[in-house]
Amino acid sequence: MLETLQNLGLGFQVALAPAVLWYGFVGCLVGTLVGVLPGVGPLAGISLLLPVTYGLDATSALVMLAGIYYGAMYGGSTTSILMRIPGEAASVMTCIDGYAMARKGRAGPALAIAAVGSYVAGTVSVIALMFLAPPLAAFALRFGPPEYFSLLLLGLLVLAYMNSGSMLKGLAMAALGLLLGMIGIDQMSGYFRFAYGVAELGDGIGVVPVAVGLFGLAEILLTAGQPNPPEVIRPRLRDLLPSRQEWREANMPIWRGTAIGFLIGIIPGSAHVISTFVSYAVERKVSRHPEEFGRGAVAGVAGPESANNAATSGAFVPMLALGVPGVPVAALLLAAMMVHGVTPGPLLIQQDPRLFWGFIASMYVGNVILLILNLPLVGLFVNLLRVPYPVMYPIILVCSILGVYAVNSSVVDVWIMLGTGVLGYLLRKLDFETAPIVLGLVLAPMMELSLRQSLAMSAGHYAIFVTRPISVALLSVGVILVALALRPLVSRTLDWRSRLPAET
Amino acid sequence: MTVDRVAGVALVLIGLVTLWESRAFPLGSLHHPGPAYMPVLLAALLIVFGAAVFAMGGGAPALRDVGWPEWRHAVAIFAACAFAAWGLERLGYRITMAVVVGFLLLVLERKGWVLGLALTIVMAWGSFYVFDTLLRVPLPRGFF
Repeated sequence: MLETLQNLGLGFQVALAPAVLWYGFVGCLVGTLVGVLPGVGPLAGISLLLPVTYGLDATSALVMLAGIYYGAMYGGSTTSILMRIPGEAASVMTCIDGYAMARKGRAGPALAIAAVGSYVAGTVSVIALMFLAPPLAAFALRFGPPEYFSLLLLGLLVLAYMNSGSMLKGLAMAALGLLLGMIGIDQMSGYFRFAYGVAELGDGIGVVPVAVGLFGLAEILLTAGQPNPPEVIRPRLRDLLPSRQEWREANMPIWRGTAIGFLIGIIPGSAHVISTFVSYAVERKVSRHPEEFGRGAVAGVAGPESANNAATSGAFVPMLALGVPGVPVAALLLAAMMVHGVTPGPLLIQQDPRLFWGFIASMYVGNVILLILNLPLVGLFVNLLRVPYPVMYPIILVCSILGVYAVNSSVVDVWIMLGTGVLGYLLRKLDFETAPIVLGLVLAPMMELSLRQSLAMSAGHYAIFVTRPISVALLSVGVILVALALRPLVSRTLDWRSRLPAET
Repeated sequence: MTVDRVAGVALVLIGLVTLWESRAFPLGSLHHPGPAYMPVLLAALLIVFGAAVFAMGGGAPALRDVGWPEWRHAVAIFAACAFAAWGLERLGYRITMAVVVGFLLLVLERKGWVLGLALTIVMAWGSFYVFDTLLRVPLPRGFF
């Protein structure tokens, strides 16, 4: 404990040096902008700025790139809340209740709660990262392909169980998302599936064009031509602070989101996205008023926003402790370390304590910078809502097309956004939720790979999923969820989900 | 016909088309799945879910009760986006976006010429300058 605090003191000496502090600030600012812009996620932002860091020392470079990463997690909530367009994939769940809060005239409090929740989650999870990294990383190492498959299956079942409509419709949408995820090169055999000669589909369908299409374009198609256009929200600056009641409603979801996000973040994969889905589902489940979810529940913003920021720190656990990138962004950060002659891995703490602890301390400092940056800017962002919708939506469209195109410089992604926009429009008309499609798309490649790897491990025996303790525990929870979903059919009692509104 | 029954039929059709298209790849076996295994499994699940949605959808709202008052606007916006996708690499970012924003603001929304033209220029040329020139995100240049 004492040694950890001494090391942290060394870290703060490094992180508070003017040059490192400056690059941390630049990283946070750029990251927030990257998060605000629909389609330009942290991966694209870090990729674009990686060459800029070649002239810096290793610590400054790593601090700046990490600042972009968690800055984007902060900024992604803004467009979700104000425009129902996820700035990056992890902000998809914030669209639902954040936008509903904005439509009710509570855009300012929604943004403030997202910023404070992100700050608390970011800070607490860095503390957790500092003390719990070694044992937690060891636990994550026990996850093999069967455990991953069971975890991913459970994630889909949880989402379907918790969605506002029927579990059946949720599962159908998840299956549709998984099917979309089958497009592209099969990782085990190399077959080019369902691509019809379009080379750009080799890497599969990207999450960004699908999310922007399903959430952003579909909303514009639905709203722009309404005979009674939605009332333009004109919040006053003095209404930005959440009320005491809203703080109370946000308190526990922030802490729960922090715990969920950090724990899920440790597990390699699309931790941010999954953590927000799980956090949203948990908040709806524990809420005394689940019917408010989808209509502007404070917990529906506080939980997922805290979770995605906590997952950021969680994702650094395997990266720092083992040198194993759990997420693509961590892979880029590891690449940056190697460019600067730093060897990532378990020996990093001993060999380069200034870099390791400087990086940890810079995350504390970064969270403070982000809070200072974001809270005053909340007023600026809220002013966006003063622009009438017929003027606003062409601007959103341009940002969406630009953001989607810029990720891969591919016009195919723009067509995908268009296709999923129409799909989202029709599904919303038919009263289906579209969020499970996005999760299905994210999970599909991992799920297929882990299933086939598991069967390869067991010489084709499916018993491998029920003979490993972690896997069987995860599957048991999934079976319980399905049984709970089927209970109303047997007992003819009214399912609580029937009282929930559809996602609007 | 209710909305759930329409959706159920659509899901079953998507599943059937996927099954048909999956014939192009080796299915493998239950113990050694091939590249078509997962798509076939998911298509089968989609057919089951679609059929269940159809079967249980008798009490859902009727399709004719779903309002489509915004359809003309939606079609026009979709057409503008399709033009953007078509023109982006043929005409360049600036001209394509100028046409899209100009069409939406001046023709579809009938905003004033001053506001319409100002926003068109800012969005087409301004965003190009910020992203392509300052941030070095390569955008299609077109003719100039």
